Amino acid sequence: MNIHEYQGKEILRQYGVSVPNGRVAFTVEEAVEAAKELGTDVVVVKAQIHAGGRGKAGGVKVAKNLDEARTYAEEILGKTLITHQTGPEGKEVKRLLIEEGCDIKKEYYVGLVLDRETSRVVLMASEEGGTEIEEVAENTPEKIFKEVIDPVVGLTGFQARRLAFNINIPKELVNKTVKFMTSLYTAFVEKDCSIAEINPLVVTGDGNVMALDAKLNFDDNALYRHKDIMDYRDLDEEDPKEIEASKYDLSYISLTGNIGCMVNGAGLAMSTMDIIKHYSGDPANFLDVGGGATAEKVTEAFKIILSDKNVKGIFVNIFGGIMKCDVIAEGVVEAAKQLGLEVPVVVRLEGTNVDLGKQILRDSGLNLTAAESMADGAQKIVALVG
Amino acid sequence: MGVFINKDTKVIVQGITGSTALFHTKQMLEYGTKIVAGVTPGKGGTEVEGVPVFNTVEQAVKETGATASVIYVPAPFAADAIMEAADAELDLAICITEHIPVLDMVKVKRYLEGKKTRLIGPNCPGVITADECKIGIMPGYIHTKGHVGVVSRSGTLTYEAVHQLTQAGLGQTSAVGIGGDPVNGTNFIDVLKAFNEDPETYAVIMIGEIGGTAEEEAAEWVKANMTKPVVGFIGGRTAPPGKRMGHAGAIISGGKGTADEKIRVMNECGIQVAETPSVMGETLISVLKEKGLYDQCKTH
Repeated sequence: MNIHEYQGKEILRQYGVSVPNGRVAFTVEEAVEAAKELGTDVVVVKAQIHAGGRGKAGGVKVAKNLDEARTYAEEILGKTLITHQTGPEGKEVKRLLIEEGCDIKKEYYVGLVLDRETSRVVLMASEEGGTEIEEVAENTPEKIFKEVIDPVVGLTGFQARRLAFNINIPKELVNKTVKFMTSLYTAFVEKDCSIAEINPLVVTGDGNVMALDAKLNFDDNALYRHKDIMDYRDLDEEDPKEIEASKYDLSYISLTGNIGCMVNGAGLAMSTMDIIKHYSGDPANFLDVGGGATAEKVTEAFKIILSDKNVKGIFVNIFGGIMKCDVIAEGVVEAAKQLGLEVPVVVRLEGTNVDLGKQILRDSGLNLTAAESMADGAQKIVALVG
Repeated sequence: MGVFINKDTKVIVQGITGSTALFHTKQMLEYGTKIVAGVTPGKGGTEVEGVPVFNTVEQAVKETGATASVIYVPAPFAADAIMEAADAELDLAICITEHIPVLDMVKVKRYLEGKKTRLIGPNCPGVITADECKIGIMPGYIHTKGHVGVVSRSGTLTYEAVHQLTQAGLGQTSAVGIGGDPVNGTNFIDVLKAFNEDPETYAVIMIGEIGGTAEEEAAEWVKANMTKPVVGFIGGRTAPPGKRMGHAGAIISGGKGTADEKIRVMNECGIQVAETPSVMGETLISVLKEKGLYDQCKTH
């Protein structure tokens, strides 16, 4: 799960990670009020959307007085920002972070991520702050330093110190940087983050070490133990169909094609998209109904697929293991009854309780096209959609 | 033969009284798996499907001599269940449970260091040695005994591959699902090694998906060490970057983990990659024919 920068900074503050003072604003008036309250000469007006690259897209402005703060707030609120992470349709700005300006002496990069190779959390740091870390990795990989963290002892002092020295933090600020990194690691672990990226980390003229930006992502599988993080969810930032799907524990991702897909298992769901493309079709979605799906969930899955107006046909591709074919079949029949299917549906069933499943579909009298294999099903649905 | 499990493997089911576990315990028993005990804390002394239930894994092992366990415990408690299996010094713990928090698995991996237990999964379909022992959730009827090994990050794609093999008259030794999570117990290389050493396995299908670099590392290992032909498939060729495709591990991020890169490396390492998931079996057959191994692998 993603959250906004200002929310990430709220969390970091709780853990003693130094961040600039700031307030969130939903309207221009709130923005001006926030700037007044901060009382600094300079404030920064920052668009809050779930995507990076805001600065380049005109979503971050430095205001030297209240009038400028108002002008920038008016300009940015309601604006659609298009960055390299938003896709071509962009994202509308509905929230602003009004933050005190600070005297930046130098920018650095600090990030915590899970490293799959070592199965450990890794702390990365670089002197090249402010730019995309992928670019640094590409052009000057020698400028990225890493420390692999033992989950039992956590980030040790010497590791944090080594990183601080490696990225040339001024030596009088090394201790502050070590505290910053260890607090960041504590926040990462206690809140079950999947990414905690501080880009840039800044050293200020008055000798502070601060997170000027904060990107925190959380492990969806751990949200059950973090109600406070769940409360940060901003539904405006998510696709309505994906929100609906998440209510039923369905794993759904919107795509741009016209063939709806309903599949069990993530690998098979991905490959179903691949094979539709292979036969020159275009999938409308990724949908994994999961292992524990009930007939009701399958019905809901159909509703979500059909709520996408681009969908001209549906391919149901099931290889039952933990998922039973009869449950899928019941769900398909129920959905057809409730929704009155108007688009062609191709069904391929195999695996646990397959005969029972096929029987249910045959007895239903519904106009479904049966497929013998994945390739057969993909070709049939592509032909039917035309 | 086959890898990791065989007809003599004694298995305990952790979380046996849950509905999913019950259903699959029945299926495993029907397949012929020697399920000797179940574990559900607080239900010790009872019996399900004729299988005695214990409060702890330690007790179950002591009473029955089990060497393997299969874990159906719900995600919030699954990491603990894996560690309990390792503490009881089982040879093998197979964790079916999906949605385990990844930082829990980071701790589990650390806990397993220096212990004898091999973990398979989590978020996997389990392991089957055809006609001998089925531990997990895969549909048993699609498997036939033979000489092809299957290893996969995806459950349903494993079934797809096995089904194609059986239909084409190629039986299998074992099929191993290693799971779709970013942190898992057994990786491709561990399984490939086991297949390489298994005299009954003549060829292997390896099924990967987008995310991480496990397939690339496995391909390099195959090039350097494998004495048997390996063919592959990678799911997610058309997946958009930055989107997590169901599995926590299946994500293209920072330009890494793409299907094209994996396929390129696999090809370079001599692994032929099936164009679509529908032709995994056909691709293997063409490679076997090329190498003159087809007749040996044909079982029915």
